[in-house]
Amino acid sequence: MTLYNNQDRFISIEGIARRYPKAGGGETTIFDDLWFSMNRGEFSCIIGHSGCGKTTVLNILAGLELPDEGVAVVDGKAIEGPSLDRAVIFQSHALLPWRTVLGNVSFAISSKWPEWSADQVREQAMRFIDKVGLKGSELKKPAELSGGMKQRVGIARALSIEPKILLMDEPFSALDALTRGTLQDEVRRICLETGQTAFMITHDVDEAIYLADRIVLMTNGPGAMVAEVVENPLPRNRGRIDLHKQPDYYALRNHLIDFLVSRSKSFKDEIPADYSKRHPPIVRPTAALAPKADLSAA
Amino acid sequence: MSSNLTLRASVLSFVIFALFIAAWHIATRQTASVAAMDPEYAKLMGLTATTGKSAMPGPFDVAAKIWEHLKNPFYDRGPNDKGLGIQLAFSIGRVMLGYCIAVCVAIPTGFVIGMSPLMSKALNPFIQVMKPISPLAWMPLALYTIKDSSISAIFVIFICSLWPMMINTAFGVAAVRKEWLNVARTLEVRPLRKAFTVILPAAAPTILTGMRISIGIAWLVIVAAEMLVGGTGIGYFVWNEWNNLSIVNVIISILVIGLVGMLLDQALARVARLVTYPD
Repeated sequence: MTLYNNQDRFISIEGIARRYPKAGGGETTIFDDLWFSMNRGEFSCIIGHSGCGKTTVLNILAGLELPDEGVAVVDGKAIEGPSLDRAVIFQSHALLPWRTVLGNVSFAISSKWPEWSADQVREQAMRFIDKVGLKGSELKKPAELSGGMKQRVGIARALSIEPKILLMDEPFSALDALTRGTLQDEVRRICLETGQTAFMITHDVDEAIYLADRIVLMTNGPGAMVAEVVENPLPRNRGRIDLHKQPDYYALRNHLIDFLVSRSKSFKDEIPADYSKRHPPIVRPTAALAPKADLSAA
Repeated sequence: MSSNLTLRASVLSFVIFALFIAAWHIATRQTASVAAMDPEYAKLMGLTATTGKSAMPGPFDVAAKIWEHLKNPFYDRGPNDKGLGIQLAFSIGRVMLGYCIAVCVAIPTGFVIGMSPLMSKALNPFIQVMKPISPLAWMPLALYTIKDSSISAIFVIFICSLWPMMINTAFGVAAVRKEWLNVARTLEVRPLRKAFTVILPAAAPTILTGMRISIGIAWLVIVAAEMLVGGTGIGYFVWNEWNNLSIVNVIISILVIGLVGMLLDQALARVARLVTYPD
């Protein structure tokens, strides 16, 4: 990948920093000089331990927070605030409880296209409610839905405004394993079908392996860094059921687990000589090049 | 199970009511035979001395009088003799007027206070001082400046309804969940639309609670205010009947004040149920 190919770099995070005032005075630097980019139509995941600033990165991409330094660029334009081009699926689903499923989705649609007639809004809403498999429940209030169904509404709401980027903050972490699996399938299907660019925070290594084309590894905060960007070596048409039968699956999984267990902590103290914050190394763990660490860990 | 509970509760309520009426009847019944005395003297002394009957009316006296009021609630025989319905209508009218003006002032102001930490901090000392003032303490000032006793009563209702609604609105607006506001922000919802489609529905249950507290206080205060300003209204009626020494009418007024207060509260409770959302 060439560095100055702006066509590729649909989303580019350029040297952003975020600092919070410390309780006893002074400042805590969550991260600074953070660089990475994402391509159009790509699904990226970011993994790292709690407190490394993953959510802050997502909030900056959403425009809900502004970086103290640096800039986040989307499609050639610096992010200056929230935008209807970037839809967020919240961890807590954040549905408006006094509105029905249809009302929640319509609220987003009529925000994006205020000039649309009620029928147009309804038609678009029903299309996306159908897409996430909630047809028949459109007149229910969120309180009448299960956790998985609520998150489906959140997904429908985010997709219905046809955003350039879908931002997801651990959208499935509050769900049971079975529901989580189904929703992962659906998000993956929808994103592949529509070529949706997506960015997702997760704690779940398997979720990252299944969904992501690229996985950004963040070290522990404060002072978090992008240790590396992992390219997913698995074929694009992978299925959830036979994921673990893919030849590169364990190489990738071990690499990620190894990072979360030890390297996320130790990376700061043993930064490789050729490491550059501006160009974090891009790694593609495959069975053929399985590093020694994986064997000893097993 | 729950219908069974309702039934048992109703039975118990009825028993308590019957016991109360019985106790009341026994306490006020005639206890002694007519003492032998000069009839002219007996007339002067009244029934209390002559027959041992309490001056306190019994439940059946009150019931008979209630029937009389119910038969003709809206008669008007001059300034000091109007039907109970007319008096109530005056009181409810004043409360509604003062209360509605207070709603129009308190909810927008509360909104601003809830939205703006600056306004909240700046206005807080004023609210804290104004809130504990007994509404009736405003009466002389109102009479002096407004120079109309009826409008002064409405003003007193306004001022006492204002604070609970304002404080609750401010609290409800300030406590709207961050995630709902973030939804509105990511959807680039314009401020006015956000106020009406996100903040108002989210804060509505809290606002309604404030409105219920206010209508309760307003109904408490109107009785006292009307005793002071006189002329019409249920509060004036109570005081007038006390001057007439008609304890029966005083008891009926107390009962009616309680019933109307309950109805006002129930009406708002019903509205509150409409805007409450399950979480």
